[in-house]
Amino acid sequence: MNIHEYQSKGILREYGVNVPAGKPAFTVEEAVKAAEELGSKVTVVKSQIHAGGRGKGTIKGNESMHGVMLAKSTDDVKKYAEALLGQVLVTKQTGPEGKKVGRLLIEAGSNIKKEYYFSFVVDRTQGRVVMMGSSEGGTSIEEVAAKTPEKIITDTIDPAIGLASFQAQRMAYAIGIPQPAVRKATATFLKLYDAFIGKDCSQVEINPLVVTEEDDVICLDAKLNFDDSALFRHPDVVELRDESEEDPKELEASALGLNYVNLGGDVACMVNGAGLAMATVDILKHFGGDPANFLDIGGGASPEETAEAFKIMLEGGQAKGIFVNIFGGINRCDLVAEGIIAAAKLVSKDGGKSMPVPVVVRLEGTNVDKGRELLKNTPIQNVIMAESMQGGAEQIVKLVKEAEKA
Amino acid sequence: MSVLINKDTKVIVQGITGKAATFHTKQMISYGTKIVGGVTPGKAGQVVEGVPVFNTVRDAVKATGATASVIYVPAKFAADSILEAIEAELELVVCITEHIPVLDMVKVRRYLEGKKTRLIGPNCPGIMTSGEAMMGIIPGMIQEKGHVGLISRSGTLTYEAAYQLKNAGIGVTTAIGIGGDPVKGTDFIDALKLFKDDPETKALLMIGEIGGNAEEDAAKWIAENMPDKPVTAFIAGRQAPPGKRMGHAGAIIAGGKGTAADKIKALNAVGIEVADTVAHIGETVVRTLKAKGLYDVCHTC
Repeated sequence: MNIHEYQSKGILREYGVNVPAGKPAFTVEEAVKAAEELGSKVTVVKSQIHAGGRGKGTIKGNESMHGVMLAKSTDDVKKYAEALLGQVLVTKQTGPEGKKVGRLLIEAGSNIKKEYYFSFVVDRTQGRVVMMGSSEGGTSIEEVAAKTPEKIITDTIDPAIGLASFQAQRMAYAIGIPQPAVRKATATFLKLYDAFIGKDCSQVEINPLVVTEEDDVICLDAKLNFDDSALFRHPDVVELRDESEEDPKELEASALGLNYVNLGGDVACMVNGAGLAMATVDILKHFGGDPANFLDIGGGASPEETAEAFKIMLEGGQAKGIFVNIFGGINRCDLVAEGIIAAAKLVSKDGGKSMPVPVVVRLEGTNVDKGRELLKNTPIQNVIMAESMQGGAEQIVKLVKEAEKA
Repeated sequence: MSVLINKDTKVIVQGITGKAATFHTKQMISYGTKIVGGVTPGKAGQVVEGVPVFNTVRDAVKATGATASVIYVPAKFAADSILEAIEAELELVVCITEHIPVLDMVKVRRYLEGKKTRLIGPNCPGIMTSGEAMMGIIPGMIQEKGHVGLISRSGTLTYEAAYQLKNAGIGVTTAIGIGGDPVKGTDFIDALKLFKDDPETKALLMIGEIGGNAEEDAAKWIAENMPDKPVTAFIAGRQAPPGKRMGHAGAIIAGGKGTAADKIKALNAVGIEVADTVAHIGETVVRTLKAKGLYDVCHTC
């Protein structure tokens, strides 16, 4: 799960980490009020969206306006808030369609001497948390890794000990924190580790971490991501979820406990198992289709769940055809067939006689004959049995292309 | 011969009184697995599917002589169940549970260091040695006895692949589902090492997916250590968008790393053929076996 920058900074504040004074604003009035209360010489107006690259990103139709603006007066704050709120921000990470700015962070400017990079991530190979730092702050770490990999310092943390002070201090020296700020940087790294562990993060990224002219250490930006599997022990984090940042179909599917990712195309698929679901998306593309989604309905989906999944795929006219790809292992093909028949009744406009778009069904595995028999005996117009997975994938792509021409 | 389990392996089931665990215990027994007991705290003295239930793993091991455990405990408590099984010095622990917090698994991995236990999973379908024993949730009908070792990060793709092999007349020694989590007990290289030392296994099939770089590491290891056993592969997630979790916790392209294209490139670079689509896995394995002169010996069913 992702949260906004101002929310990340709120959590870090709880752990005693030094972040700039600031307040979120949902309206222009709130932005101006926040700036007045801060009373700082320079105020930073920062768009809050779930994507990076905001500083260089621009507003659609108003390219002189960036996602992050420096204001020298409250009039400036008002001007920038008006130009950002409700507009679409396009950054390197949002794709050309961009993201709508619904919230701002109004923050006191800092007297920056130098910028650094700092983060914690879980290293899959070692199975441990790794601390990363670099003297090259402010640019993306991928860029630094590509151009000057020697400028990225990493250190592995033993979970039995946690981050040791000497490691945090060694990192401060390694990335070139000036001596008067080393103690503060070390303390900051230790507190950030506490936050990482305390909130079950999958990533804590501070880019940039800055040393000010006054030799203070401040986390100027903060990105916290959380392990979805651990959210059950962090109800406070769950409350920070901003649903407007998420795809409405994905939101709906997740409320139903379905594993769904919107891929934007028009050939939909419904599959059991995450690996097979990924592979089904791939095979649709292989045969020239434009995949609409990834959908794993899991082991034993009920007819109602199957019907809900169909509804989500069809919503907004997105799916022009659906490929049902099932390998019956523990779950049986006859139950899946019953699910499709029940789903047809719920989504069809003529009482289950026909599906609104072509549905190609590939069944294999446990009780496959029974499943095929069931579908044969309950003919639904537009529901076609495929002889093989390849045949089914080719057929649905062809049917969708025909529908597009018609 | 086979790897990890055979018909004589004595297995206990942690969380045996749960509905799914009881169902799968029945399936495991009917496949031939020697299930000797189960563990659910507070349920000692009960009998499930004909086997006794104990309060602790140590009690179960003492009474039954079990050397392996399969875990179906809910995610909140599963990491603790793994720790208990490691502490009881079981040789093999298979954890089926999905959605275990990653930092819990980081602790488990630390605890495993220097211990005798091999952990498979979590978030995996388990292991099956054809015609002998199964630990997990793998349907018995998917594979026949043979000479191909199967290693996979995904459950249904394991079934799909084994089934395609069976239809092509190719049998399997052991199928190992290593699981779809980012931090797990056994990765491709660990599993490959087991098969390398198994004389019955003549060739391998590796099923990977996006996320991490275990497939790339495995490609390198194979080229350096296992020249005599040909490997075929499949990678799921060619079309996965970056930054999106595709069902499995570990299936995510992060910071431009872990793409299917990178993995396929690394595998191809060491001469491993990667099936074009999931529907081509069976025929790609057959092609590899024929090219290496192993088709006849591997054509066992």
